[in-house]
Amino acid sequence: MNELVRRSAAEIARDVGAKRLSAREVTEAVLARVDEVDDKLGCYLTRLNELARSSAQRVDERIAAGETLPLAGVPVAVKDNMCLTGTRTTAGSKILENWIAPYTATAVQRILDAGGVPIGKTNLDEFAMGSSCENSALGVTRNPYDLGRVPGGSSGGSAAAVGGYEAAIGLGSDTGGSIREPGAFCNVVGFKPTYGRVSRYGLIAFASSLDQIGPLARTVEDAALAYDAMAGHDPMDSTSIDRPVELTAIALRGDLKGVKIGIVKEFVTAKLGQEIDALYRRAYSELAALGAELVDVSLPTADYGLATYYLIAPAECSSNLARFDGVRYGLRVDGDDVGQMYENTRAAGFGPEVKRRILIGTYALSSGYYDAYYVKAQKARTMFAQDFRKAFERCDLIAAPAASSPPFEFNSKSDPYSMYMMDYYTIPMSLAGLPALSVPCGYAGSPQLPMGLQLCGPLFQEAKLLGAAHAYEQATKYATKVAVAV
Amino acid sequence: MIARAKYEAVIGIECHVELTTRSKMFCGCANEFGGEPNTKVCPVCLALPGALPVANKEAIEHMIRAGLAFGAKIPEFSKFDRKNYFYPDMPKDYQISQYDMPLTLGGSVRYWLDDGTSKECRLTRIHLEEDTGKSVHAGGDGRIAGSAYSLIDFNRAGVPLMECVSEPDLRSAEEAVAYLEALKRTFVLLGVSDVKMEEGSLRCDANVSIRPAGSNELGTKAEIKNMNSFRSVFRAIESEIARQIDVLESGGRVVQETRGWDESQGVTHSMRSKEEAHDYRYFPDPDLVPLEIDTALIDRLRKTIPALPTERFERYLHEYELDPKQATQLIDNLPLARYFDECVAASGNAKQCTNFVLGDLSRLANETSIAVYASPVTPALLAELIGLVETKTVNSKIAKELVERMWAGEGSPKAIVEKEGLAQTSDTGEIERLIADVLSANEKAVADYKSGKTNILGFLTGQVMKASRGKANPALVTELLRKRLD
Repeated sequence: MNELVRRSAAEIARDVGAKRLSAREVTEAVLARVDEVDDKLGCYLTRLNELARSSAQRVDERIAAGETLPLAGVPVAVKDNMCLTGTRTTAGSKILENWIAPYTATAVQRILDAGGVPIGKTNLDEFAMGSSCENSALGVTRNPYDLGRVPGGSSGGSAAAVGGYEAAIGLGSDTGGSIREPGAFCNVVGFKPTYGRVSRYGLIAFASSLDQIGPLARTVEDAALAYDAMAGHDPMDSTSIDRPVELTAIALRGDLKGVKIGIVKEFVTAKLGQEIDALYRRAYSELAALGAELVDVSLPTADYGLATYYLIAPAECSSNLARFDGVRYGLRVDGDDVGQMYENTRAAGFGPEVKRRILIGTYALSSGYYDAYYVKAQKARTMFAQDFRKAFERCDLIAAPAASSPPFEFNSKSDPYSMYMMDYYTIPMSLAGLPALSVPCGYAGSPQLPMGLQLCGPLFQEAKLLGAAHAYEQATKYATKVAVAV
Repeated sequence: MIARAKYEAVIGIECHVELTTRSKMFCGCANEFGGEPNTKVCPVCLALPGALPVANKEAIEHMIRAGLAFGAKIPEFSKFDRKNYFYPDMPKDYQISQYDMPLTLGGSVRYWLDDGTSKECRLTRIHLEEDTGKSVHAGGDGRIAGSAYSLIDFNRAGVPLMECVSEPDLRSAEEAVAYLEALKRTFVLLGVSDVKMEEGSLRCDANVSIRPAGSNELGTKAEIKNMNSFRSVFRAIESEIARQIDVLESGGRVVQETRGWDESQGVTHSMRSKEEAHDYRYFPDPDLVPLEIDTALIDRLRKTIPALPTERFERYLHEYELDPKQATQLIDNLPLARYFDECVAASGNAKQCTNFVLGDLSRLANETSIAVYASPVTPALLAELIGLVETKTVNSKIAKELVERMWAGEGSPKAIVEKEGLAQTSDTGEIERLIADVLSANEKAVADYKSGKTNILGFLTGQVMKASRGKANPALVTELLRKRLD
């Protein structure tokens, strides 16, 4: 493996910025790596070799012209639910299989403006609905640590690309855990910022009130750099928050002295088996060893997370996905009249999980059921926010599992509910809009495969959160202890 | 006709009015009528994957001003909801609208009938939403039935639309049209809409029911659609009232349904019954933040609301003693009404202003295609002329001549009169000399008069006036002539 592809984004940006290295060299090394391994890993649905080369050239020119670019020459994998003008953008669905985006998502544009080089568009569960990438209609992505296992999802393509050294930064989106869980599975850092911190403009919507773009990276510092480039108000997204962004990359720290970390008593890791229980107990004690004070906190609503989430997210998706009707773009399957055309198009264009959620959501919003389901779920959501607020009166950050298990084998989750359970620990934070990340914390199972520790902070406390994760990562360096399979 | 007197109609109107704004409701595209199909579109109003709406502030302000003009309550808190249904010219397959928290609540519209009677119709609410695109059905006769395919123009998609819902306070087709005219005048006056029905910027539906005269119960209503002019509103409501009376008189029952107005047949047809009504699955749009309307904004907007048409109408009728037709004629030409008001203010003589403005000046305006208010006849000059008439300095004939010369740009009527000695003469000696001349030149007329044809007096007066070059006081001429001949 070319040494250049192993470099962190921070190292690449520093060296390209100092003209010790060109963006072109980095890009060529990464494109060669993609050529070599992506047939096995299947991270990319679309490779953007030409665009990558022209972007790299542009970065080198900008550097030569004296510009300072925080992501100069950094190879970036873009989840294929984010628009990038002139490129195929599929959301992992047959219904958009050949759709070319005519505009660029704000978050992607900001990464490019900062000097990032787009390598390709990565696989995902169709419309970001899933936890393994198995719901993609367009390809299979494999875990870089075990090709017989899933990379997690829905941002599995970006997570595997970063974990498998096919990019330094991956852009993902997280609705109920879709950055954090694949981050854990692929042994990388997966960071979901506060809801509204990064613009959703150009992100193909799954559940608008939960969707949030964030980075996947091999180091916390890289995640922080990417976040700093993307965060901030966007006039094109009414839900993006108009308040100053605290830059995080410069706030990274080396210890956790004086930091109170809450352990959620309802998150009983013993339920996950002895090995995983021991692994998380070790992770918590490692936090304590860095100077953190561990305190017990309670999230009494924790068990209602899945039920709440699986009303709100499908309700929003049932409406968000209505536009895929065969009229203006994407797949069209003709019929005798327009109604038939809708039915034929959507029957052929959407996969089973997407249909399931559209049905659940349509039902939950129906006249006569709306109050019992959607309204009640929204009330529950308020309770999650209140529970977290109360918990954060006792602590600065919360530590929890990022996933219920190490990466699992393909086709091993036979019913939807067992798949939904993968997000048990990540959904509450999503419902409350909180910033949360997963950071590698060791290995479990047989063979030994990556596990992630989830850290979560109060709203807008990204700097504090990334600082703590950095301290943990620097002290433990779990990600580097096992080699990838390709 | 006998049956008709036994019943009273109860009518409520829902009308959609396109707002006049620079850009569309949720994107930056121009809000203009017409243009090449699909040239005023962008990712947002085409509902491309990933695009997000941002609410138009100008449209919200228009709505608040419309509400204030009708004395509506402007709640502090309002929100947008999604109305979900599939329709090919609706890009998102949901319409962003307002369900349970509209921008304005209550208020009432005062209007008047042709005979000058003032009436009032309460408003339920006015809410803000977005317009759809337009389908053009090709092959066949332009209607969807029998067409081979349809083309869609999305230029109109996303144009801000206010829906104005009235209480069932209207009792006849005449009242319904008068109410709509009052709405139209007010919206034009406020500058919130140009209200061009022929361009579809005002569209309305009528809820019509009948009940026995004197009853307070509401009958079963039918909703009438497809009325595209005030005249068709009138005809459709008349026809529907007659139809419902026929149904009841023949022992039937009116069913709740939607009926379409057929302009060429002059009847309404059943479109769908209540049982087939859509379940729109309204829910708050998670892409848009709730609107908080502060009192400072309301106060600022309140100051921008001019005197309403009804106030002006009542002033014209009761203070200036115009007849309802004259008052309506002025009010429907708002700049002319403003000009008229200035003339009245300058001259203090409403009657003379009415005569000049609606008489000679309007005639000249028609002949020359120059608007009265844009002509050289300023309110101050007209007031000067009216002064000359009031003091009997000029008679009506000279006044007429002066108006023409003022229109031609000759300036001050006083100056013209002084320069050319056009002041009316009441010099008895002078007039008697002219009479003597006229009588001696018209012996036959004198003989006729004496033989009893006294109406020849008008001819003789005219001859004397002519001899005086119009300056003689005509009343005095007649009086002196009579004295001389009798």
